Amino acid sequence: MFLFKLLARNAFRHRLRTLLTILGITVAILAFGLLQTVVSAWYAGVNASSATRLITRNAVSLVFSLPIAYQERIRRIEGVSSVSYANWFGGVYITEKNFFPSFAIEPQSYLALYPEFVIEPEQKRAFISDRKGCVIGQKLANRFGWKIGDIIPLKGTIFPGNWEFVVRGIYSGAEKSTDESQFFFHWAYLNETLKKTIPRRADQIGIYLIGLENPQSAAEVSLAVDTAFKNSLAETLTETEKAFQLSFVSMTEAIVVAIRIVSFVVIIIIMVVVANTMAMTARERIGEYAIFKAMGFRWYHVAGMIFGESLFISVTGGAVGILLTFPVARKFGDVMDQFFPIFQVESSTLYMDMSFCVIVGLVAGMFPAWRAINIRIADGLRRVG
Amino acid sequence: MRDSNEKELIVSINAVTKSYQRGNQPVPVLEDLTFDIARGEFLALMGPSGSGKSTLLNLIAGIDTVDSGSIVVDGVDIASLGEAELAAWRAAHVGFIFQFYNLIPVLTAYENVELPLLLTSLSRRERHEHVETALAVVALSDRKEHYPSQLSGGQQQRVAIARAIVTDPTILVADEPTGDLDRVSAGDILALMSRLNEDFGKTIIMVTHDPRAAEKAHVIRHLEKGVLSDVSV
Repeated sequence: MFLFKLLARNAFRHRLRTLLTILGITVAILAFGLLQTVVSAWYAGVNASSATRLITRNAVSLVFSLPIAYQERIRRIEGVSSVSYANWFGGVYITEKNFFPSFAIEPQSYLALYPEFVIEPEQKRAFISDRKGCVIGQKLANRFGWKIGDIIPLKGTIFPGNWEFVVRGIYSGAEKSTDESQFFFHWAYLNETLKKTIPRRADQIGIYLIGLENPQSAAEVSLAVDTAFKNSLAETLTETEKAFQLSFVSMTEAIVVAIRIVSFVVIIIIMVVVANTMAMTARERIGEYAIFKAMGFRWYHVAGMIFGESLFISVTGGAVGILLTFPVARKFGDVMDQFFPIFQVESSTLYMDMSFCVIVGLVAGMFPAWRAINIRIADGLRRVG
Repeated sequence: MRDSNEKELIVSINAVTKSYQRGNQPVPVLEDLTFDIARGEFLALMGPSGSGKSTLLNLIAGIDTVDSGSIVVDGVDIASLGEAELAAWRAAHVGFIFQFYNLIPVLTAYENVELPLLLTSLSRRERHEHVETALAVVALSDRKEHYPSQLSGGQQQRVAIARAIVTDPTILVADEPTGDLDRVSAGDILALMSRLNEDFGKTIIMVTHDPRAAEKAHVIRHLEKGVLSDVSV
């Protein structure tokens, strides 16, 4: 108790200096937390992907489509429990800045494959029975104020024309990591329209989604699917949903690495700042430490005082930084909603924050403690006065 | 230069030599110093700057080590003690009074006096009793909640004396205890030290430049270039 009282009072002996140091740590931890959350948001799709689903696309590129006729052949492959399909629609609502992911899907099989999209049974029935119906995520509905029954006009970028959809359902995510900013409508509606307008693009799909009977058989099923379409006009590439999502992230890997490096540099900078503060503090108090030692206090008492004060400052700053991370991340997530639909501070980020607070405190106290421990009492006493 | 009297000895200094290193050059500070201090004595060490007074005081107090020779305090050869033993020995046997009081500025007078007791096994209540007694001896019971910055120089030195005596040490070492005080405050501090010596039987070893301070001592020893030159009683 006495020691803690001494630490706290010592820490605020130079109030301005200590408060500025605490502020520095707060900003550093906040910045680290936000940057790490950006990285997590980047990988949100990967983390949300399921081990029981495979994605099959054209082996040449995702830009090229696959025939709808593949569906039945894939379904017959051993280990496949269900097959669905989807097309990236890329529609624009009023202006291009109102971006959100939109997909043409086969409703029954798709929603069965994605139990994480939670939708009222009544809304689900209404969606399935209405070809021009659509299902939207809760976040998307909130963003534009859409509700059930609203007619949503989208301008096609990949599939030209003006498209109209009726909101038949609003889904919510079963998990925190479920993306609630997506827009789904009937693939059949897209296909029928294409048959009339661009017949050569009809009966084509972007990706097949394959449900597995057993997640352990992912490699065998992938191989079996790709072998089935070897030497065909549209060869396939099948991979796990996680690998599929990772292939998107890897395109921007350099940015993610840069963000990661910056976040760690911020911590190193603040470590130097705290070390400087503690070095100044210890230099000013070297006489006091000598007095403690003269009275019979041991090296570990002196080290305890210095490390304790250093930890007190870093943990206080860190705690404030961690507490601020949540509201700031929420605000940041709201502003950047269209780029990062899932923007949540992960527990691993908090553990790293806490670890860095302790590491900064310990490293910053190391040199001053070493100096205070090793100074001869007689030399230290000469510094008083 | 060994005195012989019938009093019980508390400090025996035998052929002590001490030098410091300045660059590659050893600078001798104390040379073959031998003398004793009797229990209950009030000794003043005088001499010009650089004569080795403070070094000798530091050696007796166990905060510096001899190059050769021995210093026996109350039967313990402190030169033979390891660092941890020496720290424990200082905590139990030595009370320090410094020229600049050396109080911890963020602690109250009470807390400053309590500091050395934290190294003992005394309970909180026992510590409280000891601190109250020590503060009463220096007549500062009414200022115990004050911080050093709220006290005058003389009062701060009285707190430092309370801190020095709170563990009831074997010896009190004082390095220029009145060096930073005005005449009146210096007189008060010297009177207090005399009282500690006479009423409580404390052995005091005091380094001073001030002849008026030295007058309060029973024995005055003069150091000149690391050698004891004379003794006045």
